[in-house]
Amino acid sequence: MATLNIRGKESWLVPILFILLLVFPLVLTRFYTYLLALIFVSGLAAMSLNLVLGYGGIYQFHHAVFYGVGAYGAALTITKLGYSPWIGFLVGPLLAAFISLVMGAICVRLSKLYFGMLQISLGSLVWAIVYRWYSFTGGDDGIHGVSMPDLIGSTTGSYYFTLLVTAACLIAMYLIVKSPFGSALQGIRDNPVRSEAVGVNVKLHQLVALVIAGFFAGVAGVLFIVVDNSAFPDMLFWTLSLEILIMCLLGGWLTFLGPMLGAAMMVALRTFASTFTEYWTLIQGIILMLVIIFLPEGVLGYVNAKFKQLGNLASGGKA
Amino acid sequence: MLRIEGIQKSFGGFMAVNGANLGVQKGEIVAVIGPNGAGKTTLFNLITGIIKPDGGRVIFKEEEITGLPAYRICKKGMSRSFQVVNIFSRLTVFENVQIAVLSRHGKTFNLFTPSRKLLIEETSDILQSVGLTDKGRSVSGSLSHGDQKALEIAIALGGHPELLILDEPTAGLSPEETIRCIDLIKRLSADLGLTILFCEHDMELVFAIANRIMVMVRGKSIIQGLPADVRCNREVQDAYLGESESGVCLA
Ligand SMILES: Nc1ncnc2c1ncn2[C@@H]1O[C@H](COP(=O)(O)OP(=O)(O)OP(=O)(O)O)[C@@H](O)[C@H]1O
Ligand SMILES: [Mg+2]
Repeated sequence: MATLNIRGKESWLVPILFILLLVFPLVLTRFYTYLLALIFVSGLAAMSLNLVLGYGGIYQFHHAVFYGVGAYGAALTITKLGYSPWIGFLVGPLLAAFISLVMGAICVRLSKLYFGMLQISLGSLVWAIVYRWYSFTGGDDGIHGVSMPDLIGSTTGSYYFTLLVTAACLIAMYLIVKSPFGSALQGIRDNPVRSEAVGVNVKLHQLVALVIAGFFAGVAGVLFIVVDNSAFPDMLFWTLSLEILIMCLLGGWLTFLGPMLGAAMMVALRTFASTFTEYWTLIQGIILMLVIIFLPEGVLGYVNAKFKQLGNLASGGKA
Repeated sequence: MLRIEGIQKSFGGFMAVNGANLGVQKGEIVAVIGPNGAGKTTLFNLITGIIKPDGGRVIFKEEEITGLPAYRICKKGMSRSFQVVNIFSRLTVFENVQIAVLSRHGKTFNLFTPSRKLLIEETSDILQSVGLTDKGRSVSGSLSHGDQKALEIAIALGGHPELLILDEPTAGLSPEETIRCIDLIKRLSADLGLTILFCEHDMELVFAIANRIMVMVRGKSIIQGLPADVRCNREVQDAYLGESESGVCLA
C-alpha cells in the first residue's frame, strides 16, 4: 500500500531524515525549532486519526477530542492533583483511550455517516464540559504554565522529547498497520460484509482500533503540553478536528506518512500565510480544493503513484 | 450436516423466502436451482447469518445457529462465496485470502507480529489450488472478472470450512473458466472431502456435479431429490418451461 515504507527502495530516506531532524535544533532558531515540534505534534494527531480513517474506513469526524483529553488529562494531573509530570504524561493518553472506549462503544453500532454524526455530538459534549467546568479546567482560559521537568523544559529539550516520542509512536503504529490486526482493519475498510463472512467481528475490531487511535491522539495532546506548557478548550473544538481531517486528506489518507506531511503543510501555511494576510483560512481552503481536484489521494498518494510508475518503467514491466 | 426448516424472510412485506426446507449430508454436493428472484441468494444469506430470518430454523452439525451473527457462524466451519464479487478491493490477492486464514486461526487481534510472516504457506496453497499463484501481488480490484470469481472461492477456502457455500460460482465466466471452476469444485469435494452447497443457473453444470438438487420457486422449496427425479418432476417443469411444454424431462 504505502510505497514510502520502511522496507521499500526509499528506506535510506528514513534514517537520513531522522539524523537531519536530530541536528536541526543546532542550526535553527528557537522559533523554527518550536514550529517543527508543533508539526510533530499535529502530525502525530493526524496519523492517529488516519489509523481509523485511512486504514479502518471509520468516519471519526471529531478526533480532536482525544487530543484535547490527553492534554487536559496530563495538565490537570500535574497542576490540580500535584503529581509529577511523568505521571501526567501517562494519565493523558490512558484517559484519552478510556474516553475513546466509551464513545466508541456508543457510536460503533452505527455505520459510516451516522457514526460520524453521533461522534461529533458526543465529542462536543466533552468540549462543553471542559469549557464550562471553570473551577477545575479553567474554562475558556485554559491552563497555562504547566511546569515541566528540567530535562525537557527548554525549547531544545522539548523538541528532542517530542521527536523521540513521535518516532516511537510512528514505529508502534507502523507495526500495528502491518500486523494481522492491521490487515483485518483494512479488510473491514474495504468490505465490512465480507469481513464478517470470513469470521471477523467487525464492531469489536473497530472498537479496538478506536481505542488505539484515541491513545495515540492522547500522546499527541501530552506532547503539546510539553511544547507549549498549556492546554485550552480549542484543542477539543470541532474546528480542530476538521483541521486534522484536512491534514490526512491533504497529505494522503491512503499512505502511512501522508498525514504527517499534511500536518507540515498546514502548520507551515498557517504560520507564513497568516503573517501576510488574515485571510489565511481562505488560502487554506483554496489549496485544499485544488488538492482534492487534482490529487484526490493527497500529495504523498500522488508521489507514491509516480514512484510506482517510474519503477515499472525502469523494470520494463507493465504492472 | 446442515438442516433448514421452514425458513422465512420478507423484505417490506414481500416474502423473498417463504418456508424453505433443505438438508445437506456430510460429503455431498447439493445444488439449489430456481428462476431469477426465486430467493436462492437470500436463502444463502439466511444460512450464513448475513441477514436474520423472520422464522424457521437453521441447524448446523446438530446445533441451532438461527440468527447468529455471520462471524460466529463462519467460525463454526461454514464459509461462502458471493454471487456478486465481494472482495477487499484495495488489498492484494494474497492479502485477501490471508485475512480469511488469519481470522480462522484467531490471529486478527495480534498487534505486533508482522502479517507477512504469518500463515504464508497455507495462504499460498489456497492461491495455488484456485490458480492465482501468479497474481498474488496484484491489487485484487484490478483483476479480470474471471480471476475475481476465483478469488471469491479462494477467500471462502481461507476459512478452511467443512461446509462450503457457493453462490453462482460461474456467473459471468467464459466457457474455459467455467470448466476450470467445475474441476475445482469436484477436486474440493473429492480431495478435501468438503461438503458443498451451491446454486447455479447453468443446468449442465448442475447435473454434472450435484449429488442432490433442491428446487426453489418464489421463495419456496418445491422438491429436493436426486438429479434424475428432479429432472422429470412436473412442478419443476412447470416452473421452468411453463405449463404447455410439461411432459418432457429437463436438460
Ligand atoms: N435486501 C433486499 N431488499 C429487498 N428485496 C430484496 C432484497 N434482497 C433480495 N430481495 C428480493 O428478494 C427476491 C429474491 O432475491 P434473491 O437475490 O434471493 O434471488 P435469487 O434466486 O438469488 O436470484 P438470482 O438468480 O437472480 O440471483 C428478489 O425479488 C429480490 O428483489
Ligand atoms: Mg442470487
